[in-house]
Amino acid sequence: MRYTKKDWVLAGLTGMSLVVILLLLAVLLGQIAWHGAPVISAEFLTESPGADMISGGIWPAIYGTVFMTLLMTLAGVPVGIATAIFLTEYASPRSRTAKLVRIAVNNLAGVPSIVFGLFGLGFFIIFVGGSMDALFYDDSRPVWGKPSILWASLTLAVLTLPVVIVTTEEALRQVPRELRDASLALGATRFQTVYKIVLPNAKGGILTGVILAVSRGAGEVAPIIFCGAANFVPYLPTDLRDMFMHLGYHVYALATQSPNVDAARPTLFGTVLVLLVLTFSLNLLAVIIRSRSRAALRP
Amino acid sequence: MNQTADSFPDAPEGVKMQTQDVNIFYADNQAITDVSLDIADRNVTALIGPSGCGKSTYLRALNRMNDTIDSCRIEGRILLDGEDIYGRGVDAVEVRRRVGMVFQKSNPFPKSIFDNVAFGLRIGGEKDKDLIAQRVEESLRGAALWDEVKDRLQSSALGLSGGQQQRLCIARCLAVWPEVILMDEPASALDPIATAKIEELIRELREKYTIIIVTHSMQQAARVSDFTAFFFMGKLIEHGDTEMMFTRPSKKRTEEYISGRFG
Repeated sequence: MRYTKKDWVLAGLTGMSLVVILLLLAVLLGQIAWHGAPVISAEFLTESPGADMISGGIWPAIYGTVFMTLLMTLAGVPVGIATAIFLTEYASPRSRTAKLVRIAVNNLAGVPSIVFGLFGLGFFIIFVGGSMDALFYDDSRPVWGKPSILWASLTLAVLTLPVVIVTTEEALRQVPRELRDASLALGATRFQTVYKIVLPNAKGGILTGVILAVSRGAGEVAPIIFCGAANFVPYLPTDLRDMFMHLGYHVYALATQSPNVDAARPTLFGTVLVLLVLTFSLNLLAVIIRSRSRAALRP
Repeated sequence: MNQTADSFPDAPEGVKMQTQDVNIFYADNQAITDVSLDIADRNVTALIGPSGCGKSTYLRALNRMNDTIDSCRIEGRILLDGEDIYGRGVDAVEVRRRVGMVFQKSNPFPKSIFDNVAFGLRIGGEKDKDLIAQRVEESLRGAALWDEVKDRLQSSALGLSGGQQQRLCIARCLAVWPEVILMDEPASALDPIATAKIEELIRELREKYTIIIVTHSMQQAARVSDFTAFFFMGKLIEHGDTEMMFTRPSKKRTEEYISGRFG
């Protein structure tokens, strides 16, 4: 096909944007890898930070991030998937409830993440935690009503909820109506149809969406500032009520609260690199699952 | 339009299904108006008529598949062995086990051939592996597919040809031992050879099952059916013995449609 003048202009403009994006990405990642890689060592990955936060390693932050991500997934993903199943398979398209839930989900997705942090502080810590303390403990010292890994994880679960719901709904809708009809016509109940036909066929799409949501949640810092992440906790969280270190929060702390910013820089880059590798490997996993599940649908 | 009783004097094996004054609406649009029709047991009844005449809508009402469409509303009575399938306390799931359906577009599950046929049994709670294997073979034989697939039961159903997929869907339907089988233009997407196989199959199935088939092809209706019902604009115009309908229709509209003057 021959390009006309207009085609050239359009191709040039779109091509240029592509180059700009790629360059930005390359510079960003290159910078991080270049400065971060030399810091990475077995000690850096397995030891606790020293008292100045710069020396030593970042193991508690890695551990805290993974622990928090797992809790967040356990708490948020089942609720999200269940909501999506309700919306696509059970609620009628014209139902008021379904409309309300969809509006709520869409608005939830647009809320800035710091607001989730405030929500977590107000709802989970002060209201839920505070009430639990008032109910079960006489002591005036807070047991549940203080920042902890539990509340941080629940806050992030709420943050990732809209993404899980929207992508799961999308995946469920990809399952052809004909398959549902075939199942129902054979005398399957609606539940059997969802469980045996719809979910297995949407599995790949749902998993992809869940992983992307989780990887986003894993890197969020703003919501956990108030809810449980700590500057410096040299021990690992063993209880849901413990505070914890987090890679993203560690970066924030090193960059803003270190007495010697220049000395902190290598540690900073190293931490960022580890965080990126963690979230990228989650994304990579999502890509692999997606391509596998597409292949499975072909004969 | 109360002609069913007269045009149907000698239903050979009695009546399997009856619809009495059935009206079907999609929201405010009426798709079917006052259809009363008796379906003969263990015979093939063909529903013919121009596109949009409501024959598919009517067919889907016979096993309550329209229940899945939110805006669809049904009036009148549809009886299976004298019992109203829309009656109080009647479970749609139970109705669909007795009245199976084969769709226009073959829709095998993305599972193995074996699992496709076994699906209905398994969801019905059947656990006995030997019994399932036996019924799968029986159903595949019943659908004239066994010889072609017996060596690859565990391979994906999506690897079959279009005609084989449609026969697999028929086998899947047979496996739950339905009494009535509804077919919605089952051969419309198939080539002539695959179509011939399906038609042959329908003639064999007639021995054991009551079959109601919607078709666009009048030749097909003439070849496979014992009785024919002609629908036009949501109304049942004429119903009777297929040979009579195609040689000496009593209504002018039927004659015009059959002779190809419209539709």
